[in-house]
Amino acid sequence: MTTPLSHYLLLSALLFSVGFAGAVLRRHAVLVLIGIELMLNAANLNFIAFWRYGPHPEALTGLMFAIFSIAIAAAEVAVGLALVIAIYRHRKTSQVEQFQALKG
Amino acid sequence: MLSEFPFYALALVTLFAAIAAMTLRNLVHCALCAAAAFTGVGALYLLLDAPFVGFAQLLVYVGAVAILIIFAVLLTCAAETGPGIAFSSSWLAGVCAVALVLAGLVLPILMSPSLDRLAPPVAGAPVKDIGNQLMTIYVLPLETIGLLLTAALIGAVVIAMQDKPDAQPASDVKPPPREIADKDLCLR
Amino acid sequence: MEAIVKYLWLIPVLPLLAAGWGALLPRSRKRLAAALAIGSVALSGLLALWAFCATLNPPLIRHYRNWVWFDFGATSLQLGWVLDPLAAVMLVMVTLVSLLIFIYSLGYMAHDDNAARFFCFMALFAAAMLGIVIANSLLLFFVCWELVGLASYLLIGFWFQKPAAAAAAKKAFITTRIGDLGLLLGMLWLYSQSGTLLFYDNGHGCLEQSSLAPLLARATLGGMAVSTGISLLIFCGAVGKSGQVPLHVWLPDAMEGPTPVSALIHAATMVAAGVFLVARMFPLMSNSLNPATGSSALHVVTWVGAITAVFAASIAVAQNDIKRILAYSTVSQLGYMMMGLGVGGVAVGMFHLITHACFKALLFLGAGSVIHGCSGGQDIRRMGGLRKFMPLTFVTYAVGTMALCGVPLFFAGFWSKEEILHAARHWPVSNIPFCLGVAAAFLTAFYMTRQVAYVFFGKPADAAQAHPSPRESPPVMTVPLAILAVLAILVGFLGTPAWPWFQSYLTGEPARFTLGKIFDRPQLNLMFLSTIVIGAAIALGWRIYARAASQTSRDIDPLEKPMPAIFACLRNKFFVDEFYARTLIRWTSSFSVLADWLDRFVWGGAVWAVARLTLLLSFFNNDADESLVNQSFDNGCEGLRNSGRLLALFQNGQVQRYLRVIGVAFAALVLLLFWGCA
Repeated sequence: MTTPLSHYLLLSALLFSVGFAGAVLRRHAVLVLIGIELMLNAANLNFIAFWRYGPHPEALTGLMFAIFSIAIAAAEVAVGLALVIAIYRHRKTSQVEQFQALKG
Repeated sequence: MLSEFPFYALALVTLFAAIAAMTLRNLVHCALCAAAAFTGVGALYLLLDAPFVGFAQLLVYVGAVAILIIFAVLLTCAAETGPGIAFSSSWLAGVCAVALVLAGLVLPILMSPSLDRLAPPVAGAPVKDIGNQLMTIYVLPLETIGLLLTAALIGAVVIAMQDKPDAQPASDVKPPPREIADKDLCLR
Repeated sequence: MEAIVKYLWLIPVLPLLAAGWGALLPRSRKRLAAALAIGSVALSGLLALWAFCATLNPPLIRHYRNWVWFDFGATSLQLGWVLDPLAAVMLVMVTLVSLLIFIYSLGYMAHDDNAARFFCFMALFAAAMLGIVIANSLLLFFVCWELVGLASYLLIGFWFQKPAAAAAAKKAFITTRIGDLGLLLGMLWLYSQSGTLLFYDNGHGCLEQSSLAPLLARATLGGMAVSTGISLLIFCGAVGKSGQVPLHVWLPDAMEGPTPVSALIHAATMVAAGVFLVARMFPLMSNSLNPATGSSALHVVTWVGAITAVFAASIAVAQNDIKRILAYSTVSQLGYMMMGLGVGGVAVGMFHLITHACFKALLFLGAGSVIHGCSGGQDIRRMGGLRKFMPLTFVTYAVGTMALCGVPLFFAGFWSKEEILHAARHWPVSNIPFCLGVAAAFLTAFYMTRQVAYVFFGKPADAAQAHPSPRESPPVMTVPLAILAVLAILVGFLGTPAWPWFQSYLTGEPARFTLGKIFDRPQLNLMFLSTIVIGAAIALGWRIYARAASQTSRDIDPLEKPMPAIFACLRNKFFVDEFYARTLIRWTSSFSVLADWLDRFVWGGAVWAVARLTLLLSFFNNDADESLVNQSFDNGCEGLRNSGRLLALFQNGQVQRYLRVIGVAFAALVLLLFWGCA
């Protein structure tokens, strides 16, 4: 492994900001969720990179975290999409800017 | 430089796929590009000597999450060309926020002493050890994850369930059954 | 001797129990109440006779029993009773006269609905009077003294529905109270000086030499000895109770009570309690550095007595109410007694007290019989010729009159007055009390003759003014009259100069029957003088009033024409009551008005001011609470609400905005961490 850690970190940072940009700038609810997934992936990548380049790789800490993170992400995406479907059924729209009922 | 070729390739692929996922108009294209990005990240895991996580990533993200997203896209009739503008109306504020986040992430990395850190000799992450640790050290999070997944499953089903049609007026005339076309998968 | 001394306390306690039981009886049980009163006094009378017989054996012994009432600190307050000749003779007199008057009251109060209450009060009075007689402590004496005053108030105001009776009762109580204040002050002074209030206590009592000598040595304001000061204060009590000038004003008004009350309380016993007080305290009162002239206290007693004797006798000449004449006569005779105590000592004064009790009670009961027979009329100008209708009353009344006037030889008043005049004649200080005494004797005979002439002789002015058919009283009333008449004659023989048994009994000197003593030159001269004076008075009175009694109109008194101004002054009692009303009573009511003003505006004003101040403070408090505390709190909450509202404007419900903010916050955090650590 000759690539320095910083490359992985930079990649993860860029990936994160791309995901963030999508979550913040796109109108469709599903695309917001995809952006969130991308952010999660970037964080996982960070964890694995740090685990690999860290002082105690035998402790498997970063790995474990990443595994759990993946599981949680899966659960979250399921619920989130169910929500989007439910909202679409009621409101006939998937535009995030039109979900203003909780304002105030 | 050559030994770093896999990394750069995978990095570029992942990055471009991600950007594509976030900028395309057609939502199905977005979903598929997202799947590609997930695959790239999985490959990167493999590159980082974490095969288990990499395959788990492929299984879960590509195999489940991406498919789920595609299902959601189709069910919400987003496959048809959506209404005009793809990006939000207050995009300038969003761009500023993104810039700030990017700066906040990149600048510390560039200024940190870990810039040139090289990987130590290979650690190896045998699945046996992973399983061992899951059952001993991380047993509590494991069980909690199990609960969480159960709750999420039930919750998703409940949320996405159709309401019972109990408020319908009593009419003897039944509406004629419609023919279901491929295009009519989406909910109207 | 010892047995009776041990049970001497029963004598006052028996009537007290009768009074207590009588107080619980309903109004209808008249006979039972009367029986209780009469029975208890009869029993006490028997015990008194026993005590009297026990003291007859010479030599003169004084027995007493003392007991501790309560302790305080190192000292204790003791009470006790004493049996000596003075007490014994008073016990016999009081119980005997009370018994006769109680029996008389059975007839007199027969028609009254409240007779049960009457007998209860009379029994209470008898108990208190007997308590005074046997008390060995000035404190116990004072307690019974006040009880006697209370009984007098209750009995004067017995017919309290009459406003005159209620006013008279109040006047009696307040006037005697003024005297009692002096007595109380004297008592306190005596206690502070001698440390004990017991009269006789194994040599430590306040009337015994160990206490008296130091009292003489110390001097107080005006240079008089302490014992003189104490004696004068104690004499104030006697002045009030015995109706001496200037506190005599209550006695004539006290005639508003029923006649048995006047007879018992205001003639024989209670008013004599003042004389008894001076007699009891005689060792203190006669305590003097100069035994020849006597103590200054006794000088004061003599002068007061002499002046009272003449003062009251002159007022009696112009009165028209049968009981009022007798009341002024009582005041005058009490003056005599005081004078006797002052010039001659205990024996002289006490002898006149005993004889006076007999014939004055007789006179009052006789007057009561006359009033009863005339169906309640009391004006002597409306009476006349009653000797035909009420012979027994007339005879006994005549005996009483002659005893009072001092008709010589057979009647008790003569011998007792002789003793007093004899002692006054030989008083080393001055001759004037003797002259005043002779003048009083003249006036006494004069007004008594006037009264007897108007009541029993002549005829009523006209039939319309006369009382309808006066009749003799029932035996229950006339028998006591007869007994008292006999006593009025016989008691006198106990103290003649030929055989001065009474004086020897009281003073302890042996007495022998020597008839020749009557014919001693000074004694004989005095007897002749008094006989002439009294004879002249009776003759003059008879000449003026026997004729006036037969005339058609009695409205103008025969004396009024020659000296109208003097007569008017006498009839209006020297305007003493009016004088008191103008001065003392007016000053007291002005003071009370001032006190009321002070209470209402000064003290009340202070209270009002404090209340207002408190209200003001509470208003301020309220305002402060409202404006400062509440307002500030409200403003604070308002501010919070406003800030919340302001913040809530930020929440527009759009998730993407929230995400952006999170991103910006993340960047700010990174900045903070970097600059914080760098």
